[in-house]
Amino acid sequence: MSLNALEMKDVSFSYNHQQVLEDINFTIEENDFVAIIGPNGGGKSTLLKIVLGLLTPDKGEVKVFGREPKKALDLVGYLPQHTHFDLDFPIDVFETVLMGRYHGMFKNYTSEDREIALQALKDVDMERYKDRQISRLSGGQMQRVLIARALAREPKLLLMDEPMASIDPEMQNSFYQLISHLKDRMALVLVSHDVGTVSMHVDKIACLNQKLYYHGPAEEAGEGLEEIYHCSIEHISHGIPHRVLRKH
Amino acid sequence: MFEFIQYDFMQRAFIAAILVSVACGAVGTYVVIKKIVSMSGAISHAAFGGVGLGYLLGVNPVVAAIPFSIVAALSMGAVQEKVKISEDTAIGILWSVGMALGIIFVNLKSGYAPDLFSYLFGSILTVSNTDLYIMLVLDLIILMVVFLFRREFMGVSFDEEFSKVVGLPSTLINMLLLALIALSVVVLIKVVGIILLIALLAIPAAICKQYTYDIHKLMISSTIIGAILTSLGLILAFIFNLSSGATIILVLGAALFISYFIHE
Ligand SMILES: Nc1ncnc2c1ncn2[C@@H]1O[C@H](COP(=O)(O)OP(=O)(O)OP(=O)(O)O)[C@@H](O)[C@H]1O
Ligand SMILES: [Mg+2]
Repeated sequence: MSLNALEMKDVSFSYNHQQVLEDINFTIEENDFVAIIGPNGGGKSTLLKIVLGLLTPDKGEVKVFGREPKKALDLVGYLPQHTHFDLDFPIDVFETVLMGRYHGMFKNYTSEDREIALQALKDVDMERYKDRQISRLSGGQMQRVLIARALAREPKLLLMDEPMASIDPEMQNSFYQLISHLKDRMALVLVSHDVGTVSMHVDKIACLNQKLYYHGPAEEAGEGLEEIYHCSIEHISHGIPHRVLRKH
Repeated sequence: MFEFIQYDFMQRAFIAAILVSVACGAVGTYVVIKKIVSMSGAISHAAFGGVGLGYLLGVNPVVAAIPFSIVAALSMGAVQEKVKISEDTAIGILWSVGMALGIIFVNLKSGYAPDLFSYLFGSILTVSNTDLYIMLVLDLIILMVVFLFRREFMGVSFDEEFSKVVGLPSTLINMLLLALIALSVVVLIKVVGIILLIALLAIPAAICKQYTYDIHKLMISSTIIGAILTSLGLILAFIFNLSSGATIILVLGAALFISYFIHE
């Protein structure tokens, strides 16, 4: 019997009494490819942080491959939406990616770890920058490095919070190609506002706005969601902030 | 010109200069890149409580400062975790409460505390052999811990959230780093004193950080620069008969100033 990559049962979460997630029931099977969409402040990033054990829900149960989130971290990769680090830090691109290979105290990075990190950099076409200090990268290049850091973990569940922010169209194409290969090896969760593009690639879509409004096959999303796609393509591509979801 | 090298106390002073530089290179580097200079300042001032306790109990104040400053550092870390009060506030409180404790401890011990000033402002020329042994042992502990936990220190200094996500025990590692800062403080006390030592801890790494983005080079160059500048301060203090701790700090400050111009 194979375990689900993620099982959330009746999960609620609030930041200082402000309810952000309410009774979320959400299952991701092995090798699922799911996009999470929803308006700003809908709780998408919060949900990922719960899966990573960075936040603890007020109630409900979270299991990642049948384990507590904090006990499953060696199976999970993460690309954060925002990073908090100092770009002027003495670290180069390769070392940054290598951090994705961390597997515990007193464990040196092996030559295999280094190869995997290098391959991850090749996958995002950043190999030639591997010795560059991170403050000397453009925003999109930095984003690629962080994608590589998440890939280098070789996770069974890969969580990516708006990976395509500041990535150019050409790289976006190769990114979707890359993850279509990754699909046989892991479950993928992608937070995105670009509903149009995402729906062409993913198998399932989850709409999150405090509650989970829809979770199912992308093509069966029905009229409502088509409407949503339509609206989001038109408006998001014009850079106008817009509520992606209908009011429920 | 170099006759001062014949004096035993000068030889001990130069050895002390090298020993402090090791702590500055290894731990000062993290203090600078993790931006915890003022927190380290608070730990150093809190160490005065330990010095006072040493007086009171009649043990070597430097030895008494070891457990005391470690406890102070860890309580600082606990505050950081809980975030009930802001870190900035906690730093300010630890800073003066530690000093106040030290003063009360000294008060409680009736009689005059003759060399109290040397712990506050340093006195590299009166470093004893015992002091050197303590510094050496602490340096060795520091180097060993830094070597063993270099990946973890790098991880929490660079990107704490991500280090949690890859299963790195970030709370424990932050605590360990604060404890290392406490040990470095003790290494530095005799040389520049509690009040001045934060500059010695931070300036060598601050100078070298402008020139390298490789953390290993940063640590090694900070150690070398630290040893050179501390020795230079020591020589100037001797020649001009100035207070050694203050002279060393001014040499470091001047070097930092000049290095910015060279770098520009
Ligand atoms: N650290 C925090 N403390 C308090 N409230 C927070 C915090 N982080 C997020 N929130 C609140 O929680 C809600 C959900 O935030 P979250 O970041 O999960 O949204 P999101 O769906 O990822 O939005 P976006 O599309 O803008 O990235 C928001 O209303 C936000 O104001
Ligand atoms: Mg978000």
